[in-house]
Amino acid sequence: MNSQITPAVELRQVTKTYRDAKALDNVSLRLEGDRIYGLLGRNGAGKTTLMSVLTGQGFQSSGEALIFGQRAYENDDVLSRICFIRESQKYPDDFSAKQAFKSAALFFKNWDQAFAERLVEDFQLPPKRRIKKLSRGQLSAVGVIIGLASRADITFFDEPYLGLDAVARQIFYDRLVEDFAENPRTIILSSHLIDEVANLLEHVVLMDGGRIIMDDDADSIRGTAFTVAGNATSIQSFVAGREVLHRESLGSLASVTVQGRLSEVERAEAAELGLDLAPVSLQQLVVRKTMAATDTAAENDAEVGALK
Amino acid sequence: MLDDSRPIFLQIAELIENDIVGGVLEEESQVPSTNEFAGFYRINPATAAKGVNRLVDDGILYKKRGIGMFVAAGARSQLLAQRREDFYQEYVQPMTREARKLGISADQLTEMLHRTETTSDVTEGSVSP
Repeated sequence: MNSQITPAVELRQVTKTYRDAKALDNVSLRLEGDRIYGLLGRNGAGKTTLMSVLTGQGFQSSGEALIFGQRAYENDDVLSRICFIRESQKYPDDFSAKQAFKSAALFFKNWDQAFAERLVEDFQLPPKRRIKKLSRGQLSAVGVIIGLASRADITFFDEPYLGLDAVARQIFYDRLVEDFAENPRTIILSSHLIDEVANLLEHVVLMDGGRIIMDDDADSIRGTAFTVAGNATSIQSFVAGREVLHRESLGSLASVTVQGRLSEVERAEAAELGLDLAPVSLQQLVVRKTMAATDTAAENDAEVGALK
Repeated sequence: MLDDSRPIFLQIAELIENDIVGGVLEEESQVPSTNEFAGFYRINPATAAKGVNRLVDDGILYKKRGIGMFVAAGARSQLLAQRREDFYQEYVQPMTREARKLGISADQLTEMLHRTETTSDVTEGSVSP
């Protein structure tokens, strides 16, 4: 792919301050088009703020946020190409789901009505019931359907499935993969259910404390950390010199999560020492990375405090 | 099934290889499309494509323009040769390591191997008396 091509999403040193809190702290990011991205991180990490700034629904304090090289705010050319489904998306109360889809059809130029109708059946959504009478899960289904059927060039899903049960979420993932295969476009999915979405993601952006702490292809991340369990003394020598993400111990037993890949020789060495090796899932890695980042930030703050 | 230890594209490539080695996918037969793989394993289509393309690069699969992906002639024997080399590292070495730990001598190990050879019902999970 040509790196000169305008990226779908670009942030240049974006900072967003609420009073004295930094929701985004000098964030730079560049996302190529036609991929499924995972935007991960804890509540308050800055994910929603990042998406709001990009879609022109919020303003950054400094820096530049661009969609296809342009600012989104009051820019119809950009706004007609993006779809932002929020966690608690609001619709006019007196609308039925059907009417919400009708409005969406007017707004999104790639809207696929037949696809929307199929999704209504998949999610068993009562299309004529008024939105304020829908359950939480059904309301989320409305958002998911609009997000998928809009076929917007960039679709942001911000925790789109509050109240959706496991079956409905699986339907969402399945339709997303199928439709993305037929109609490649940029999907930015923010989710806490990392294990569920891990295999759908081509690229992962992990945020913490308003910063990006990981920005990498999902397949490059897979296998970059491992957990080794067994005798504490043996583990100590095995993990010496490695970056430890997490450590647990129980008596003479220990379990240590370590950053890095293992060579065949090292695997054999672990086996010789009687140590068990286990892969670390994306979700576990995200938890460990985030906690490690929080610890480092706390240490830095303590140092700054000590200097004052 | 897929696990977290390695990149998914490698696992997809391996699953296809398994089917070729096991004779499920015959030489010159068509393999499912990357979108079919993506749908079946619920993975990103680009990741599935990367796995398939790896096998194209290795000469295991080849593309027929506008039709799809096919198993190359000679793919099975090529894979078997590779797999036999891996066998020593992945199976024989761990086995001898474990044997040493349990105090099983090389002779005893050989004897065990002969025993499994001659036991007709070598089914997974069966316990020999």
